[in-house]
Amino acid sequence: MAQITLKNLAHSYLANPRTESDFALKEMDHVWQDGGAYALLGSSGCGKTTLLNIISGLLRPSQGRVLFGDRDVTDAETAARNIAQVFQFPVVYDTMTVRDNLAFPLRNRGMDAAYIKARVGQIAAMIGMESILDRKARGLTADAKQKISLGRGMVREDVNAILFDEPLTVIDPHMKWELRTQLKQLHREFGHTMIYVTHDQTEALTFADKVVVMYDGRVVQMGTPEDLFETPAHTFVGYFIGSPGMNLLPAEIHGNTAHLQGAAVPLGAAYGPITGRTQIGIRPEYAVLTAGNGLPITIKRVEDVGRHRIIRGDVAGSTVNVIAPEGMAVGADLTHVQFTPDRINVYADDWRVAPLGGAA
Amino acid sequence: MDKTQNNKAWFLVLPVLVVVAFSAIIPLMTVVNYSVNDTFGDNQFFWAGLEWFEEMVTSDRLHGALGRQILFSSIILAIEVPLGIYIALNMPKKGFWASVCLVLMALPLLIPFNVVGTIWQIFGRVDIGLLGHYLAELGVDYNYTNDPIDAWVTVIVMDVWHWTSLVALLCYAGLQSIPEAYYQAAKVDQASRWSVFRYIELPKMAGVLLIAVLLRFMDSFMIYTEPFVVTGGGPGNATTFLSIDLVKMAVGQFDLGPAAAFSIMYFLVILLVSWVFYTVMTNLDKEEGR
Repeated sequence: MAQITLKNLAHSYLANPRTESDFALKEMDHVWQDGGAYALLGSSGCGKTTLLNIISGLLRPSQGRVLFGDRDVTDAETAARNIAQVFQFPVVYDTMTVRDNLAFPLRNRGMDAAYIKARVGQIAAMIGMESILDRKARGLTADAKQKISLGRGMVREDVNAILFDEPLTVIDPHMKWELRTQLKQLHREFGHTMIYVTHDQTEALTFADKVVVMYDGRVVQMGTPEDLFETPAHTFVGYFIGSPGMNLLPAEIHGNTAHLQGAAVPLGAAYGPITGRTQIGIRPEYAVLTAGNGLPITIKRVEDVGRHRIIRGDVAGSTVNVIAPEGMAVGADLTHVQFTPDRINVYADDWRVAPLGGAA
Repeated sequence: MDKTQNNKAWFLVLPVLVVVAFSAIIPLMTVVNYSVNDTFGDNQFFWAGLEWFEEMVTSDRLHGALGRQILFSSIILAIEVPLGIYIALNMPKKGFWASVCLVLMALPLLIPFNVVGTIWQIFGRVDIGLLGHYLAELGVDYNYTNDPIDAWVTVIVMDVWHWTSLVALLCYAGLQSIPEAYYQAAKVDQASRWSVFRYIELPKMAGVLLIAVLLRFMDSFMIYTEPFVVTGGGPGNATTFLSIDLVKMAVGQFDLGPAAAFSIMYFLVILLVSWVFYTVMTNLDKEEGR
């Protein structure tokens, strides 16, 4: 087990990348703590899998170094890195039995038979496959196969890290929850570093201690689920995390007031002069409909999602969503929307601006 | 509700019946007819019963040809299948060179059988052939026209040259269908090169490999043109395979009765072996799936 450090890392699939847009992964420096459970979250094509394959050694980065602890493994083969990886689609050895599938990584490393037997038994119990250990893997359902893949990923105890590349895509929702819980439990028990790639925010937030959000080849934020929710570092994080995502409104910032379309919105803190395109961001959870205070809003639609209602509205040409509690009556008298001042974040060119005085 | 019965619909099947009758049933029945009769031409037939079959079953000549045929098919399968797999594994997976390889591999398959025979007939000649001449220069005593071993080697090398591509291309197609993740998983699991072949590549190729083996078996068991052009079945009877023998008997000696009996047995043997082969392989497949 080891801490994973990425130094000046960048990757391009082109032989001679020139501009920044040629890079699938933009230059980054990150440290992944030993024993952490990380979720790598982002939309399709943002470089999540590329980053994962660089860590596991399936891909050599165009520049920068990868360190496991103090050891530079940039040029080391996957096998030498002692990493486990589970892929998006089930990879099982069809002609082997379930037992042999699970034992395969251990046998290849020459572990002794008694240990293999015990360990395979343990893993089989965990993934609930004890009864079919002696069946051929061929002919099993896709989620059974994926469970075998997961089992094979977890069978080695001494791995540096376990990487999951959207492993639950093919598994049905009920099973998904169960397996995720097991992974979490396993993490607590053995303390492996785990990196879990997903584009599903629920999956990321429930699995990980730290969520790493990627956007367009960059890591835009690395933080706890709470950080991502309260203080998104980039408008993409605000939009991607939460349902619905953060409301963004173009505004001009003067001290502790935001001016938009002639109206003034009080902010929780004061800001210095800001250059670039400025926006304020507010979560729908922190917006309230009122009968006269705040900004005028035109309500377009009300969606009842069970626990609460989502009000889709329009404020001075920008879409604003508000979450209203279930019992609240949404009448024609509610014509304005008010934001909780200290929950408002300020963005310049999509990146969050810290307020003066160091308050978060 | 009563269904409308219109027996005139049977007429719609008639064209197919006619085509099949003229292309398969009638010719086959003619052969059957010849096999149980004795004839001296002029459409005069004398009933012979199973006499020709008895004669053929006990004939040393047929046993010899059958033995050589089985040996030939076994040898070329034993060479072409592993060689084809080996070539497929080592062909580039994509890019310019993959296309070049594919074209080169497909070329021998496009050459007509008798042309292949002619190419090798000339290629191997000691007086003017590129191969034969230079082998002689090197001091190798090679002459396919009077040495049975040389004749066999020539015929086998020619078949390998002509048909290994088929096995290789089929296997290559099988290999191309393996997702990259399998190889990546194997790397992560620290699988050896042999394990990758044994547990990933071979199982994925099994389906196409079955077809390749079946095709090569049937084709080699019926081989006629190429050895006929190169050696004419000689020296002596050394490369006289079943088809060549059959043609000698039917066309050369005009022994139509024995030849017809021979044909029917030949046909049944191929049918039987192919069927056994196919059943065994597909059953293996099913059992593994259980």
